[in-house]
Amino acid sequence: MSRDKTRLYVLAAALILWLPLSAPAAAPAVKLDRAPININDQESLQRGARIFINYCLNCHSASYMRYTRLTDLGLTEAQIKENLMFAADKPGETMTVAMRAKDAKEWFGAAPPDLTVITRSRGPDWVYTYLRTFYRDDTRPLGWNNLVFDKVGMPHVLHELQGHLVPVMQEVKGEDGKMHHVVARLELAKPGRLTPAEYDALVADLVNYMTWMGEPAKAQRMRTGVAVIAFLALFFVVAFYLKKEYWRDVH
Amino acid sequence: MQRLLAWVDARFPLTATWKAHLSEYYAPKNFNFWYYFGSLALLVLVIQILTGIFLTMHYKPDAASAFASVEYIMRDVPYGWLIRYAHSTGASAFFIVVYLHMFRALLYGSHRKPRELIWILGMLIYLTLMAEAFFGYLLPWGQMSYWGAQVIVNLFAAIPVVGEDLAIWIRGDYVVSDATLNRFFAFHVIALPLVLLGLVAAHIIALHEVGSNNPDGVEIKKKKDEHGRPLDGIPFHPYYTVKDILGVVVFLIVFSAIVFFAPEMGGYFLEHNNFIPADPLKTPEHIAPVWYFTPYYAILRAVPPMFGSQFPGVLAMFAAVLIFFLLPWLDRSPVKSIRYRGPKYKVALALFVIAFIGLGILGILPATPLYTWIARVLSVIYFAFFLLMPWYTKHDRHKPEPERVTAL
Repeated sequence: MSRDKTRLYVLAAALILWLPLSAPAAAPAVKLDRAPININDQESLQRGARIFINYCLNCHSASYMRYTRLTDLGLTEAQIKENLMFAADKPGETMTVAMRAKDAKEWFGAAPPDLTVITRSRGPDWVYTYLRTFYRDDTRPLGWNNLVFDKVGMPHVLHELQGHLVPVMQEVKGEDGKMHHVVARLELAKPGRLTPAEYDALVADLVNYMTWMGEPAKAQRMRTGVAVIAFLALFFVVAFYLKKEYWRDVH
Repeated sequence: MQRLLAWVDARFPLTATWKAHLSEYYAPKNFNFWYYFGSLALLVLVIQILTGIFLTMHYKPDAASAFASVEYIMRDVPYGWLIRYAHSTGASAFFIVVYLHMFRALLYGSHRKPRELIWILGMLIYLTLMAEAFFGYLLPWGQMSYWGAQVIVNLFAAIPVVGEDLAIWIRGDYVVSDATLNRFFAFHVIALPLVLLGLVAAHIIALHEVGSNNPDGVEIKKKKDEHGRPLDGIPFHPYYTVKDILGVVVFLIVFSAIVFFAPEMGGYFLEHNNFIPADPLKTPEHIAPVWYFTPYYAILRAVPPMFGSQFPGVLAMFAAVLIFFLLPWLDRSPVKSIRYRGPKYKVALALFVIAFIGLGILGILPATPLYTWIARVLSVIYFAFFLLMPWYTKHDRHKPEPERVTAL
């Protein structure tokens, strides 16, 4: 269950039980798009790994993730070494970057966070929406802003692929009674190398990979779980009849 | 074999202990669903100790490497993810089981005479468990670990005069830091588990001294057969051992379902923000404690600051926990079990459950003015349940208790 859904249930329960009126104030305005995650789709994960290493791993580290673990995606160590390892010597190393945190802070205003478990804190939907909603904003130092992360320090690294989005503004009366300019929607002003559908698919692969990387043991966890619960279900039958047999003489 | 046993028995009361606590410990035959949670609490304790030992082998109690060592356990240690998820799920499961175990006492009057000491020992276990969970939650060194600890330790700083120094003494620093992590680790893996084991042993010894209560709240020791065995009693072993095995299997199915399919439990067992490493310079927008502390957190926030101090809220929060200790003496009803109690107690207990769960939900949500007012109403209900108990349990329309336990 996604975090937002759970929150919603808790809120709904609270509302039904106690609240006669009104929803909480000021929630983030942007609705997150659902990321099409399938961590069993190895081809998508392989494509995502390539995109991640080519585009993200220049500034962001994934310092708990070892290159060797990519063998779980159906790649051989030779393939990993040849095609994916640019910043490490041995496949046993983790995905670190050469950029120093101090320099990064100077260049972007904040050091780029490590991305190993970013999908576990932000959620895949957030990352999926974030990577698709960069827009041109000349008031920002690097000329980019983002719908789900206002005033983000990161520039749009994938702009050559997506093209340039520009905001269509709208005047909305805020809770303070004044009129505010808000972004109504984004429009493609300058097309990139990919069509919007192709770009969405590329980001989907990338986020899929990042979700897998957040917990590489997840598939194994699910498989083990099925076996464990099947065993316990059988054991339940045995335990049930054992109890019944022993308790026959209790009145 | 027989001679070996005799040799041991001459030197250690092995057979006598087995008889006293298992094969000739007579338990009422009418235990129902609510009586599974004691043995389940023991099971969770064992799960926590075993998984904890293996986590300790790989975890590093060092601010610079704690977060990374947890991810190392999740990724590189064989089945490390299973050990870690079992431990984190076990923490929440412990509280679920203990809360249900305590609720059972409220239902059937298990805290009443002659079981006051069992109740007090149980409450001490609960307090130790809270401390154990709090210390353990800092160890993954994520944002929620860090800021949760910061908030809780700052509660002690609200105590007048000595508060500030006390908080520094607890942290070993001016903020939560490497020194704090190291000492919390020591408390979590050795100090409190020792206390916990001692208290659990005392809880069980006291229980086996007076005998178990039951859903009818009548004493089975009053009616005995010619051998001096309670007429409504059955030996714990094998009857309740086989019955508890059934409970254990059902519990393990639910437990495994969480561990294997939803270890984060939508962010309630493992909070999302705890996947961000602790950052002393970045306060999260909304700091929520883990769910098992939220009723008390809601009470803390519901009390407005007085004379510019948060102390009244802190006091209310501690009072909310400690007031449970007085329960055996607040309850003046002539009957123990809810089956024979009058409507006043039933309504009071229902309101208390609503208040406790309601406060738990409010403690998770951000404090808006409306929520704060609801929390205040529920806090008043919470305390009224205890403070008015001597009155409403005495003047209630209770039914007569049966002589012996009722049919299964």
